[in-house]
Amino acid sequence: MIPASFDYLAPATAAEALAALAEHGDDAKVLAGGQSLLPILRMRLNAPEVVIDLGKIPELQGISEDGDHLVIGAMTTYAAVLASEAVSTHAALLSKAVATVADPQIRHRGTVGGALVHADPAGDVGAPVLALGAELVIAGSDGTTRTVTAEDFFEDLFTTAVGEDELLTQIRIPKHTGWGAHYEKFVRVSHQWSIVAIAATVRVEDGAIAEARVGLTNMGATPLRVAGVEAALVGQPPTDEAVRAAVASIADDTNPPSDLNGDSGYRKHLATVLARRAVLAAAGA
Amino acid sequence: MTRITVTVDGVEYFDEVEPRMLLVQYLRESLGKVGTVIGCDTSNCGACTVHLDGRSVKSCNVLAVQADGHEVTTIEGLAANGSLHPMQTAFHETHALQCGYCTPGMIMQACDLLKDNPDPSEQEIREGLEGNLCRCTGYHNIVRAVQQAAGAMREGVAS
Repeated sequence: MIPASFDYLAPATAAEALAALAEHGDDAKVLAGGQSLLPILRMRLNAPEVVIDLGKIPELQGISEDGDHLVIGAMTTYAAVLASEAVSTHAALLSKAVATVADPQIRHRGTVGGALVHADPAGDVGAPVLALGAELVIAGSDGTTRTVTAEDFFEDLFTTAVGEDELLTQIRIPKHTGWGAHYEKFVRVSHQWSIVAIAATVRVEDGAIAEARVGLTNMGATPLRVAGVEAALVGQPPTDEAVRAAVASIADDTNPPSDLNGDSGYRKHLATVLARRAVLAAAGA
Repeated sequence: MTRITVTVDGVEYFDEVEPRMLLVQYLRESLGKVGTVIGCDTSNCGACTVHLDGRSVKSCNVLAVQADGHEVTTIEGLAANGSLHPMQTAFHETHALQCGYCTPGMIMQACDLLKDNPDPSEQEIREGLEGNLCRCTGYHNIVRAVQQAAGAMREGVAS
């Protein structure tokens, strides 16, 4: 299978890419790592007239520290995130989740920013980014830059706050240094999309959970965060019994999909089981 | 058409390609490097795995234009000076193939795995090859081949 014909642009700067977007509008598709877009083009689910490749824009790649934040360029590959000691030290939850994405070949090409903007609800980057309270930096073709919270970033199925003439440029993650983390992913086949997954990161102090962040993958149209469960975990010892009770309501307000992998009710059950495992593992229990 | 400069198996090519051309098509149809095969065509099976700047990628999921300015190594570029790569020798000696269709991709991905982890456990080998499918289900001997090659390569480094 071969994509339909398109014109190819490979701008050298983000400003050039934004100018190309402004010119071509919804006739254009942005190519990041291509690991989701190329299958879509090959299967002719989409046939843009213009493909704008961000692969030759060094300013969009790389990981740095800015005070109490980690700053990840949108075109940073999964492999680069996995290799980063800064990420495993200050945002271990992201490292753990990224390690479960697809397979090594895909992780060499796929990018964190590409995955976020693609916004597949079964993707593994959204829930940790949401749980860690990240901010997303979006550049516009008029030269302006705006920052949105992860809550405001994910709008719907495959839909984010990034407009047609905008680019996601950076992911800013508040450092969670010293927090334990675990990403519990349920799949039937290795290297597949999550049927359900739970992203959990906790800070344990004096034998009890002092702070907790919990994100849900594929439990609705967007990644979800359950504040009630996070609050219920605070003060609990990291024991099976206490955590089981604290996460029992995690799926109550969710509306997960039904498909060949499992129906909505099955996913709700899975979420409670996986949440218990994820929180206990994150707490080192 | 878009102009590209790409080095494949040590040889630099200057070419003009259609932007929609996949890297695997370019390797097979333009350069005649048919050692890299097309398996599932949906980026699942890993049969088309090559190295791009030294790291494994699925060449059905990369455009030829994305390889512009970069270096590609295929299964055909692995042997040096007429001698098989230790991974190729190990696949041969442990009979790590049945129909052989997944073999080029398996070998390329196994070499990538050993770059990160020169002494992988059986579990680490299975996880490292999770993006490569063998529909003869001959995984046991593939794992043995990677273990044998890893041992041979560590000895080669030590000597």
